[in-house]
Amino acid sequence: MIKLLHHLGLYFIMMKKVISTPEKWSVFRKQLVLEMEKVGLNSVSLVIILSFFVGAVVSIQTAFNMTSPLLPAYLVGLASRDSLILEFSPTMISLILAGKVGSSIASEIGSMRITEQIDALEIMGINSASFLILPKIIAAIFFFPLLIIMSMGVGMIGAWAGGLSSNVTTADFMYGLTYQFQPFYITYAVVKTIFFAFIISSVSAYFGYYTKGGAIAVGKAGTSAVVTSSILILLFNYILTDIILS
Amino acid sequence: MIEIQNIEKHFGDNHVLKNVSFSFDKGKTNLIIGESGSGKTTLIKIMIGLHDIDSGTVLFDGVDFNTIKTKEQRIIRQEIGMLFQGGALYDYMTVEENIMFPLTMFTDKSDEEKLERVNFCLKRVNLEGKNNLMPSELSGGMTKRVAIARAIVMQPKYLLCDEPNSGLDPKTAIIIDNLIQEITKEYNITTIVNTHDMNSVMEIGENIAFIHKGEIWWAGSKEKLLNSENKELNDFVFASELFKRIKS
Repeated sequence: MIKLLHHLGLYFIMMKKVISTPEKWSVFRKQLVLEMEKVGLNSVSLVIILSFFVGAVVSIQTAFNMTSPLLPAYLVGLASRDSLILEFSPTMISLILAGKVGSSIASEIGSMRITEQIDALEIMGINSASFLILPKIIAAIFFFPLLIIMSMGVGMIGAWAGGLSSNVTTADFMYGLTYQFQPFYITYAVVKTIFFAFIISSVSAYFGYYTKGGAIAVGKAGTSAVVTSSILILLFNYILTDIILS
Repeated sequence: MIEIQNIEKHFGDNHVLKNVSFSFDKGKTNLIIGESGSGKTTLIKIMIGLHDIDSGTVLFDGVDFNTIKTKEQRIIRQEIGMLFQGGALYDYMTVEENIMFPLTMFTDKSDEEKLERVNFCLKRVNLEGKNNLMPSELSGGMTKRVAIARAIVMQPKYLLCDEPNSGLDPKTAIIIDNLIQEITKEYNITTIVNTHDMNSVMEIGENIAFIHKGEIWWAGSKEKLLNSENKELNDFVFASELFKRIKS
């Protein structure tokens, strides 16, 4: 418990330093563009591949489990849509991004810490936490929702392809996809993703920023970042779902 | 001039620095020498505020670094050039970007003016034309020289060097030592070099502090050091056969 409070205290001290006006806006903008590329663009292909195949598998499994002839075929499209929008895209993709982006953030900042690059920033009079972490958080908050929306679209294409292989016609699938669609589901998914993006970027940055030791410590920071971010994503998924959908 | 007065520092139960006081003169290469783990790096990190002190005072030209506001500390830090043990170059930036970085952050110079200053500093450390190399492409000596170029690009008033020769061959180490001394004289700055390399002491030591068991055990010039009767100092300085022969 004391250890948890210690971590929480350090996390909030770091975040207080992070949330401050950038020293120079032109440098901040450049950093932000770099981070958009690292945090967001470099994950596009992974998200596309995962979403397509998971979408396909969801629709095949739904079709496979619909043994009763009373169940309409369009249910495949409807079930795929709801599972992708409500859970798979925001939560599962965020968990995967916690692994990819989270470990990358923690190890990048951790390496900078052990090679004294962060000390070098501090000595120059630069707020190292804000300089290094704020662009990552903003890039994640801005880019993750776009990735998740893209994941929904690609997932549905995958679900359509999976539906075709399970003899669900395109007309039935499209009908299910649009049947009683509530745009609020998208808002719900985006809101969740913004929270998850903040968790992944800030928690991973925290483990990197306070790394002590050598290469092994950097590896441990990466692991701790992924594990902690994943647990917090699942916890906040429950809390947010309860608040928003109840 | 940098003065430290009655510095005390503990890490848990470990009393690292005990009532340490010393004056580092302007225009001289001031050396802090001592065994590994004697508290040299801790002392230098305390001076620049990377470690908090338990008690004591650090004065930069009379200004107490630990009692001024964070913003004022940042202004003093911009007047400090620091050479880290491993160079601490930003590994995602080229040599040119590394050296230009402080200028980009703290000045409104045009790109041409910044590049001119970077090229001047690169020339000063004999690395002309190496602008586009990445830190991973540099040798140990080149990394240190780029780090020196970055440290002097803002024309600092204080230059702090932590083990500048660690991991370098003797010839490159002498080049780095001489470069540090030349820059000190050229810009009339306060330079502090943290080292346990006796060659450095003999090459550039003008004002030397020997730290032993967390205390300033001995202080003086390199000439005095050669004739000192202080047992602990002699055990440290003349540990090698070569230096024993020099003394005798």
